[in-house]
Amino acid sequence: MRVTIDRVEASVRAVEDPELPHVTLGDLGIVRSVDLEGGVVRVVLTPTFVGCPALEQIKDDVGEAIEILGLEPRIETTLSPPWSSDWITEEGREKLRRAGIAPPPRLGDQEPLVALDRPVRCPRCGAVAERLSEFGATACKAPYRCTTCSEPFEGFKPL
Amino acid sequence: MAAPARVVYCLRQGDRALVLSQRLSLWLTRAHALEEEMALGNLGLDLLGQSRILYGRAGELEGLGRDEDDFAYGRSPEEFLSPLLLEQPDHDFAWVVVRQLFHDAWAMPFWSALRSSRDETLAALAGKAVRETAYHWRHARSWVVRLGDGTEESHLRTQAAVDGLWPFVSELFESDEIEQELVAEGVAVDPHSLLDEWRERVDAALNEGGLRRPSVLDDAPTGGRSGRHGSDFFALLDTLQSVAKEHPGARW
Repeated sequence: MRVTIDRVEASVRAVEDPELPHVTLGDLGIVRSVDLEGGVVRVVLTPTFVGCPALEQIKDDVGEAIEILGLEPRIETTLSPPWSSDWITEEGREKLRRAGIAPPPRLGDQEPLVALDRPVRCPRCGAVAERLSEFGATACKAPYRCTTCSEPFEGFKPL
Repeated sequence: MAAPARVVYCLRQGDRALVLSQRLSLWLTRAHALEEEMALGNLGLDLLGQSRILYGRAGELEGLGRDEDDFAYGRSPEEFLSPLLLEQPDHDFAWVVVRQLFHDAWAMPFWSALRSSRDETLAALAGKAVRETAYHWRHARSWVVRLGDGTEESHLRTQAAVDGLWPFVSELFESDEIEQELVAEGVAVDPHSLLDEWRERVDAALNEGGLRRPSVLDDAPTGGRSGRHGSDFFALLDTLQSVAKEHPGARW
């Protein structure tokens, strides 16, 4: 049976990020291109943060998703154009919220730090929360605490 | 035969990022608060990511089959081309944040300018790094101001770090024939062009923290970028390379 490019691309986009529950690579906006030629699938990914250790795991997972289809993976990364947290889809933002992670403030034309200082709402009660630090347990997140419901949570950092 | 200029340039920048990353990672389990440990770890991770891309590019340009691990683990101390500022020991936390302030005040305009490099890999990395470094800079600046303007003890210690690290700053702005050649080609950033912004950033932070700006030295130490390092560097590199030396070629 021949596997269509649409099927391959859907499989690649459906791979989940190892550190963000249920958020897929498609949701994150890190899949630049997927090409199929002669049984070889060439995937180009954009890393989120340059030192993100999850990238190796992501590459392995993408490779596995392609091999299951009986195809050979070729996975490449590109830094240009640089990934932005604005590339996370609406669905991705909703999944982050459901997982208790506040989605990143929209950057638009702003510098990341300007956006970082905009109010972040608690994903549980919706009240404005306070940021505890600019750096969290993964490169892409910062720790917050809700001043209304007292819940600690993580927020995705604008980049 | 001397290595091509662009290879040396990538190694200098890669070594700078790796050595600073290593210095920061040594604070894991030792910082005064969990949040701070995560912050220093995050900074180190960003820098490690930068060094990997720079080493990858160096290997590609060199064409001898060396990869990032060969450059990080397989070279001797005198082959590392990082500035002396980054190998200075951390006498206390003030030294960490002052070193970071001095480095990031340089790195902000450096990455910003490198975005227009004719080397596509360097330009792409710069576009990424300039955003990440903005986080680093703000972290360092806020600590220097907080400690400088804190207690008598924190002020004294921070001033000591400023005075102690100041002599090593001028090396950041040196350039040689290799760099001038690459500047002319539109590949590298001219370090002299970064000085005004560096002064502006550092002066504002020191002023706000009530810290004194030391006077300029006539004979500042130099040589790190040519591979002449002090004894602290040997210990640092020894730690960094210890696992790779004990288990050559190990994978996990």
